[in-house]
Amino acid sequence: MGNCRTSPEIGGMGHSIKRKEDLRFIQGKGNYVDDVQLPDMVYGHIVRSPYAHARLKGINTAEALKLPGVLAVITGEDLAKANLAWMPTLFFDKQMVLATGKVLFQSQEVAFVVAEDPYIAADAAELVEVDYEELPVLVDPHKALDPGAPLLREDREQKDNHIFHWEIGDRAATDKVFDDAEVKARVHAFFPRCHPAPLETCGCVADFNPATERLTIYLTSQAPHAHRTLFAIVGGIPEQNIRVISPDIGGGFGNKVPIYPGYVCAVVASLTLKRPVKWIETRSENLQSTGFARDYHMTAELAASKEGKIKAMRVKTLADHGAFNAAAQPTKFPAGLFSICTGAYDYPTAFCEVDGVYTNKAPGGIAYRCSFRVTEAAFLIERVVDVLALELKMDPVELRRKNFIAPDKFPYASPLGWSYDSGNYDAAMQVALDTIGYDSLRKEQAEKRARGELMGIGVSSFVEVVGAGPSHTFDIAGIKMFDSAEIRVHPTGKAICRMGTKSQGQGHETTYAQIVAEELGIPAADVTVEEGDTDTAPYGLGTYASRSTPVSGAATAMAARKIREKAKKIAAHLLECSEEDLEWEPGKFSVKGAPGKSKSIQDIAFAAYTNMPQGMEPGLEAVDYYDPPNLTFPFGTYICVVDIDKGTGEIKVRRFVAVDDCGNIINPMIVEGQIHGGLTEGLAIAFMQEISYDESGNVQGGTFMDYLIPTSMETPHWETGKTCTPSPHHPFGAKGVGESPNVGSPAAFVNAVVDALSHLGVKHIDMPIAPWKVWNILKEKGVVN
Amino acid sequence: MAAKQLVQIKVNGRLREATVEPRMLLVHFIRNFPGLTGTHVGCDTTHCGACTVVLDGKTVKSCTMFAVQADGRELMTVEGLMQDGKLHPLQQGFKEEHGLQCGFCTPGMLMSSYALLQKNPHPTEEEIRWGISGNLCRCTGYQNIVKAVQFAAGKMDQGGKDGQLPNIA
Repeated sequence: MGNCRTSPEIGGMGHSIKRKEDLRFIQGKGNYVDDVQLPDMVYGHIVRSPYAHARLKGINTAEALKLPGVLAVITGEDLAKANLAWMPTLFFDKQMVLATGKVLFQSQEVAFVVAEDPYIAADAAELVEVDYEELPVLVDPHKALDPGAPLLREDREQKDNHIFHWEIGDRAATDKVFDDAEVKARVHAFFPRCHPAPLETCGCVADFNPATERLTIYLTSQAPHAHRTLFAIVGGIPEQNIRVISPDIGGGFGNKVPIYPGYVCAVVASLTLKRPVKWIETRSENLQSTGFARDYHMTAELAASKEGKIKAMRVKTLADHGAFNAAAQPTKFPAGLFSICTGAYDYPTAFCEVDGVYTNKAPGGIAYRCSFRVTEAAFLIERVVDVLALELKMDPVELRRKNFIAPDKFPYASPLGWSYDSGNYDAAMQVALDTIGYDSLRKEQAEKRARGELMGIGVSSFVEVVGAGPSHTFDIAGIKMFDSAEIRVHPTGKAICRMGTKSQGQGHETTYAQIVAEELGIPAADVTVEEGDTDTAPYGLGTYASRSTPVSGAATAMAARKIREKAKKIAAHLLECSEEDLEWEPGKFSVKGAPGKSKSIQDIAFAAYTNMPQGMEPGLEAVDYYDPPNLTFPFGTYICVVDIDKGTGEIKVRRFVAVDDCGNIINPMIVEGQIHGGLTEGLAIAFMQEISYDESGNVQGGTFMDYLIPTSMETPHWETGKTCTPSPHHPFGAKGVGESPNVGSPAAFVNAVVDALSHLGVKHIDMPIAPWKVWNILKEKGVVN
Repeated sequence: MAAKQLVQIKVNGRLREATVEPRMLLVHFIRNFPGLTGTHVGCDTTHCGACTVVLDGKTVKSCTMFAVQADGRELMTVEGLMQDGKLHPLQQGFKEEHGLQCGFCTPGMLMSSYALLQKNPHPTEEEIRWGISGNLCRCTGYQNIVKAVQFAAGKMDQGGKDGQLPNIA
């Protein structure tokens, strides 16, 4: 806390103050969507398809409707009458709310049962008879464009399974560099389909009040304002009559960005029955039908000189989007911000292309704790750099250091069009190497290898691109990606602020209060932060893509500065001096040269309501809508050490050091907590998670039985470190951090395992690296019998 | 459908009763009748532990038990941890050591930790990790939860000397 400008009592930037939101959570007094209880509330349950691809021949709801307590069974045909059988996705596609004509993935929504009691609703769902005629199933995306492939989306004009082709960079120039290259490296890496799986599943309570004609939707939403607008546009409901309340959210990680069919059904049911309708999905429904992430089949190549200077990168990717392209990402970016794949390295030439296809799988392509495909990109470059190191027989650290963008080259224009704001990659690398003791680990590894023992060291030096806008380039469904903050200072000098973002565990109630404390000197303890109610908070695009601190955090600082400007005028009035004679320190204005003559922010706030200068508008509040001039580019180096049991293939993560640089830090305790959590998610992705499908399209990772979440026993002890390279364009130099560990760590884990086996000729292993995969390799290489 | 049955459960020291279907899960009884919504549901396969409560001194996952099975028994939920308006040392520990983020797993974590410390007031890190291994957390990576439990063990140790060790429900 040595560099803090404010005292611990004020608790501005850099103080690890305890979280303000914790008090209710530790008492079991959080208010999550499923905790909302309204008079006369009824319950929805979704009937889902057991088939991955089938013609819908008929739905018989008669038996279900006979069950006492059942109020309605809504089908796709019913929704079609209101033109709501389909809804737009967030990316130039549409998605069935309830199936009409046919189903396209297992667990697709077919009917919505509403009953007085959730048990009755579930019973009635069992009584809905659906007649299916099975159709040929397409599971393998590599076969999606084959001439004989079944056509999945008969609703489209385009009669094949191709969604988009996207490319960036100079193909001809890149090919030329590769033709002439002294050394080439190539990796085919599949980033498996995984799922954010926040501990709270998705759900809502839709409450249409016929007396006021207002619709209140309690929603597990990371973007309540955007969702309100979409409900208005798609549902034809006047926007002023919709209030979205995103209460406490039990984790999001990107899962709660899209609008799901269950929400729409609950709204329709409430409008129809004129009663509040609660719909909460089960865990299985969450994993099987809501937004998955990744599912990228990537091929990356690097061209380099013999000395290990990287000359160019070439990337070709096949993206499996499932039945509908329900990616939630900015509209100009069909593959998200995947073009950050050139990484932390300085070379002028690159080319990247991505093709998206439909398959009979759940829809999605959402950004799981990642700023739109940045995780895939970071994994790919950090993987292929290691393969290049093997080709060159060079230490992977040495190769990285040889190619890092030098600190004096920022702002750096990347070959695929980004302008990196700031960075010092070698500094983060150095801290990581020193912390883990890299040289002695390499010595230990050589000794162990000589004894036939398997140990590996994996390095990942990632760069992220986060914090979208700017609005000239970034929008979600047409809505520009700015964000907002409103601060109201009360007469007694306390404050309330509201933002367009929505915390799902990130600690906004604390960190935004710290920004206000830093800028105005009002103690963070005196600042209430509220988000998630569209009736009260200013409009914003929400929390994902590490954008809260870069965008709403910036708005908070700017709004506070507007207040400080007004406070200065009031202080000059109170101190009977001119504004030029005043100087600011956190919490008060003093007359220059007369430090005894000062007015605290609390004095000034009181005067703003009781004794303002003549002609001044009363009150002390401000709103700011912040449109960032650029994105921010957090980075870091992670190093992982693994030991592998030859007998079982079991991998033990012995140590993991994460050195992050997210610019200036608001609350170091919270940042460290975010890193711990993201690394644990990365561990799961690397070693245990995949949502796969069998050849009939049956989902294989549809419950926590099969889709594994690490427990405290599998999770290693994390070591963290930091460097600080502020963002030059952010009002207080911050960059955002929540996603870095999920983005940066998978490559470190995989690189460590591959490193342990590299002397056997292993260059790549696809995630998740389960023990059986390692054991098979050891068997194949003759290491075990 | 089987006939409804009267179920009487002492929840956090107070008798709660309702006439319910035999198939009603204990977690739904807790959330609906006393309206204690601190006990959460995070999965449907008994893996996540968000619904953990302490029943007659032992942790159970209340999504995997029927309310009728708890008839006549005593249970404690997260809402029962606070005594005389004071936070339990575990609650203090979770706040002090940043042992929670989204808060959804926290009630279950607290109850598992509570039962652990009742049985083993001085657990090692390994024992704490084992003690909470039936509870999933997606946010923290467990490291600070371990520290939170250690914090509480230390506090309760001091409290125990003054005879302040909290008793179960």
